[in-house]
Amino acid sequence: MQRATLDLWVGLFVVAGIVAVLFLALKVGNLGGYDNGATYVVKASFDNIGGLKPRAPVKSAGVVVGRVADIGFDPKSYEALVTLSLSARYSFPQDSSAAIMTSGLLGEQYIALEAGGDEKMLANGDVLKITQGAVVLENLIGQFLYNKNDSQTEQAAP
Amino acid sequence: MMQALIGYIRGIGRRTVDRVWRMGVAARFFLLVLLHSGTSFRRFHLIIREIFTAGVLSLIIILVSGLFVGMVLGLQGYETLQTYGAEESLGVLVSLSLVRELGPVVAALLFASRAGSAITAEIGLMKATEQIAAMEMMAVDPIARVVAPRFWGAVISMPLLAALFSAMGVLGGYLVGVVLIGVDAGSFWSQMQAAVDFKEDIINGVIKSVVFGIAVTIIALFEGYDAPPTAEGVSRATTRTVVTSSLAILGLDFILTAFMFRGV
Repeated sequence: MQRATLDLWVGLFVVAGIVAVLFLALKVGNLGGYDNGATYVVKASFDNIGGLKPRAPVKSAGVVVGRVADIGFDPKSYEALVTLSLSARYSFPQDSSAAIMTSGLLGEQYIALEAGGDEKMLANGDVLKITQGAVVLENLIGQFLYNKNDSQTEQAAP
Repeated sequence: MMQALIGYIRGIGRRTVDRVWRMGVAARFFLLVLLHSGTSFRRFHLIIREIFTAGVLSLIIILVSGLFVGMVLGLQGYETLQTYGAEESLGVLVSLSLVRELGPVVAALLFASRAGSAITAEIGLMKATEQIAAMEMMAVDPIARVVAPRFWGAVISMPLLAALFSAMGVLGGYLVGVVLIGVDAGSFWSQMQAAVDFKEDIINGVIKSVVFGIAVTIIALFEGYDAPPTAEGVSRATTRTVVTSSLAILGLDFILTAFMFRGV
């Protein structure tokens, strides 16, 4: 085969391969939606993180504003220490609160960040003071049964 | 009786030694190819020719198989996910199984049977018709002229083919899931993007396909170079290439998966 045709075909092949990788990265993967720009780090401790995993989204009002960078265990307070990396484009008041939520009934867990009313903004390395851990289904069912028993005895009393 | 037993054990020993010896020769062959790569990179048009025979000519089978694997994943995944009312996760299922496993592995298996066997047959025949001996007579190093360009051509082609396979598969899953069955397109793509990580999934898939490419090509080249110079020898070497490289791909895939995706 002619050298020029050969080069053309190989060039087309390589370009198609690179386009496929780009398609996977931008359309299939998460490189497109979430910017890997400047971030700052905020810490929060939870009594229970449930099934939260590193790289889980941090959402405020449903919009992804950051990711869970790291999850550790604090041996002094016996609480889970979660490091959040938030996009530098967004700043939150210092008295913002974090809660671990589940998207859908069986979906993945994420951290919901609720903005507070403080005038000072969170800076790199700050600690969130108001947190709410994950809801454990077993506890919830236990509580429900306990309450039900209670209300039944109350109804029976008068 | 005793004599027969000793003979039997001797047979096992001889076969083991033969295998290990062949492995050693293959490893030295691999090293030799790497050492001669510099020469072949200086004559890049040789590598381009091999990218054409190994990569471009494998395109049709890779693209069509990718599309159909993705479409089947879409159909089967929908059937199962539907029972849990989670058909929006179809995109996650299709893309993760393709990018992590099926893309690199199936593309490498197809590559081994499409391009690997051709490499073995070609080099085996060159040896049988004494072309390789003739090159040595002319002081042309056959490893640098024949083997190394084929090695690099195939190793460059493999990750590109695997990426094309995965991309076609995702499109196939999209066609069946969204266009045909009617899963919501927005959640199909957004859940996929939330679940597929660039570094964890896509880059690891590319690393896998590079490793498979190296394994398949070196097996194909070695079997061809080592084939007895007869018609029967070449045919048996071609068969061995496909069998050995398929087993090597599956074994390597298990090892790589165990290292890469040990549940974060």
